[in-house]
Amino acid sequence: MNETKNKEKSWLRNLVESFGLPRLIITAFLLILLILAPFVGADLPTQISNIIARFSWNGILVLAMVPMVHSGCGLNFGLPLGIISGLLGATLSIEFGFTGAMSFVMAIVIATPFALIFGTGYGWLLNKIKGGEMMIATYVGFSSVSLMCMMWLILPYKSPNMVWGLAGKGLRTTISLEGYYSQVLANILRIKIGNLVIPTGTLLFFALLAAAIWAFLHTKTGTAMTAVGSNPVFARAAGINVDRIRLLSVVMSTWLAAIGILVYEQGFGFVQLYMAPFYMALPAVSAILIGGASVNKATIMNVIIGTILFQGIVTMTPTVMNNMIHMDMSEVIRIIASNGMILYALTRKTEGSK
Amino acid sequence: MNNGNAPLLEMRNIKKDFFGNQVLTDINLTVHEGEVVGLVGENGAGKSTLMRILFGADMIRETGGYGGEVLLNGQKVQFNSPFDAIEAGIGMVHQEFSLIPGFSTTENILLNREPVKKNLVSEVFGDRMNTLNRTMMDERAANAIEMMGVKVDRKMIISDMPVGHKQFTEIARELSKEQLKLLILDEPTAVLTEKEADALLESIRGMAKRGIAIIFITHRLQEIMAVCDKVVVMRDGYVVSEEASSNTSTAIITRQMVGRDVDQPASAASSDAEEKKDAPVILSVKRLWVDMPGETVRDVSLDVREGEILGIGGLAGQGKLGIPNGIMGLYPAGGTVVFEGKEIPLNSPRSCLDASFAFVSEDRRGVGLLLDESLEWNIAFPAMQIQNRFLKNYLGGLVKWRDEKAIKEVTDKYISELAIRCTSSKQKAKELSGGNQQKVCLAKAFALNPRMLFVSEPTRGIDVGAKALVLEALRRFNRENGVTVVIVSSELEELRSSCDRIAIVSGGRVAGVLPASSSVEELGELMLSQVI
Repeated sequence: MNETKNKEKSWLRNLVESFGLPRLIITAFLLILLILAPFVGADLPTQISNIIARFSWNGILVLAMVPMVHSGCGLNFGLPLGIISGLLGATLSIEFGFTGAMSFVMAIVIATPFALIFGTGYGWLLNKIKGGEMMIATYVGFSSVSLMCMMWLILPYKSPNMVWGLAGKGLRTTISLEGYYSQVLANILRIKIGNLVIPTGTLLFFALLAAAIWAFLHTKTGTAMTAVGSNPVFARAAGINVDRIRLLSVVMSTWLAAIGILVYEQGFGFVQLYMAPFYMALPAVSAILIGGASVNKATIMNVIIGTILFQGIVTMTPTVMNNMIHMDMSEVIRIIASNGMILYALTRKTEGSK
Repeated sequence: MNNGNAPLLEMRNIKKDFFGNQVLTDINLTVHEGEVVGLVGENGAGKSTLMRILFGADMIRETGGYGGEVLLNGQKVQFNSPFDAIEAGIGMVHQEFSLIPGFSTTENILLNREPVKKNLVSEVFGDRMNTLNRTMMDERAANAIEMMGVKVDRKMIISDMPVGHKQFTEIARELSKEQLKLLILDEPTAVLTEKEADALLESIRGMAKRGIAIIFITHRLQEIMAVCDKVVVMRDGYVVSEEASSNTSTAIITRQMVGRDVDQPASAASSDAEEKKDAPVILSVKRLWVDMPGETVRDVSLDVREGEILGIGGLAGQGKLGIPNGIMGLYPAGGTVVFEGKEIPLNSPRSCLDASFAFVSEDRRGVGLLLDESLEWNIAFPAMQIQNRFLKNYLGGLVKWRDEKAIKEVTDKYISELAIRCTSSKQKAKELSGGNQQKVCLAKAFALNPRMLFVSEPTRGIDVGAKALVLEALRRFNRENGVTVVIVSSELEELRSSCDRIAIVSGGRVAGVLPASSSVEELGELMLSQVI
């Protein structure tokens, strides 16, 4: 009797240790919300579809954190820089008159050189200020967003689908992707059972990139990247050019962010300009932290679990609460829930031993 | 005071071990009022540990306390923390400064013991709101400084001061404590210029006259001779001699410090040293300087012969560690290094590694290991990155995939060869003990199949058993693979037993190169010859 109890205890302890108590609590909370949903009148399949859809939109943005975490540059608070590259790709692709799936492909093609150039400059900067990466990254994000706020108005965009109707110049804050690449990935092999919708294509695209990153981390250069993050002095003593590896990781992060925002847009159906990139970094940072990553260790599993938990809580909490109190407060609750999660995640920030 | 003729301090049969590793054995030490006692010994002889026991350092209690007893004025005392020791009148000036850079001399001297005045706010909110009594602070600081007999500006900010004055500030802080009876100075002159050191010695004499007893730890023997009444020599955790300084000399002290059995049989390795005498020079270092903090190398020229084990010895801080670190490009360096007739560019770790050098750093946790990664990664990483081993090539070499199987194989090989104690090759490096971590560092270097191996302090901080294993592994690697090895170590005995020749570094220069069979006195003399 006592023995079985001990066994149970150690089994539980193992679970807690391997999965982490905070994540267990968050998972439990998410499960409670899912169980509550039908009782308060929310449709469960719709809710689950929502979570899956949001996961598919955000997954790559969270994945973009991984290279920089591995190389010891910390969490990429400068995500907006990559997002801006993606936005430039998106708007230019539309400007040049591409439509449908082709506009998505061209957006990626055009965004890539921007991501490489911005990423290189950003990486060069981060190499100058080792130790304070995350603080500087935050401000790189801030300032690039502000600069682009001006540029969106000034740049000579002409496409009538994007510019302000009356003035005929300057981009609108929100641009519909109807007729361009809205849902192009999601529609590939889309599964629909009743109210349950699974955007298979988007999930596959995420899986493809996640597998690529996983594979990269198993190569010689990827191994060097992890070692640089784990102990830069060790890496230097082993003949690694630490700055070059860090630069590479920043470029990879920036490019993934560019692709990530394009995938987000195709799911969401709109391009959001001006201050929108500003609000993308923190949720991604929080998601990977909640997924169990530390400042210098992150796995693809952390990305997947973290994104599901974060997006799950953020979508479920307002719906369930709204239905419980019969009042439309979803926006308020969404903000409280998501910022609460961010706050919580940042307190969970841990660093590996040195 | 209660016991008129009892000595001020008496330490009886002090014993201390760190997890079974005996570092102090039956130490007896007496200090009388107003006496200056010089404490000397090689690095690791146990001086610092003994002083930590006396000063009630936390680290002693955390590692299981000590044996024997400490008597102050004839009464048994047991300090649980440095605060107790200070309370009892013991002051200590550590090697590293503990001063607040932005505060003035006076503020540092009286920190947290400032005389205070009551004011309106403190009447309401309690004593923590009292204002500082600046005039009285100034007076007390002036008194303390005067006791030393040197001039230090009381208003100067610490960060603007030359090192010497910082050292004096530390001492003044101890002197300003009214209850001070015994002052411990741990290598106070190590950072001072000659002139400052002289001033300090002068002030030591002055303090002694006022009845304060002083325990003075230093490597500079002439200082000991100049100022101490009594010299205590420690070696390997024993007190080997306790003499009035008038009855001894620097030569005698040197021998006592380093010599175990002076006429010990010559080292095992040196039996075939004769034939290596004619071996060609494989590595030639000329006019090397290295800017490594605390281990500056000024001007080192050195030849290493093929297939030999060359030892580099010397006291801490004299620059012996700077030599391998500089050659391997970890610290800024200049000069020329020629290996097999080819010049190796300095300040570039990669080019050294490409020239098939390998280096085992003295800083295991900082440089030597990926603490958060598995043993497999630690051992295979440099070989993978530099020599493209343990990789599988796909797409015509475009993709270099980690070969986990080969990595595990090589790791398991070294685990059994070096008897690394671990649960598996997947265990994280930080979970191993110091000795096993050192073996991992060696395995990492061996895995590179180097032609030239630099090993820095291979036995620092590991227990006796592991020491023997590590040295044996190095010797075997040298003999079986014909690898030239340079061992840098503070332990002379270790060098004598494993090397063919020993170069002694003193003051950032090579003081001399002797065969390993030379006597300990000869080596010891060189060690102290150019100390700065």
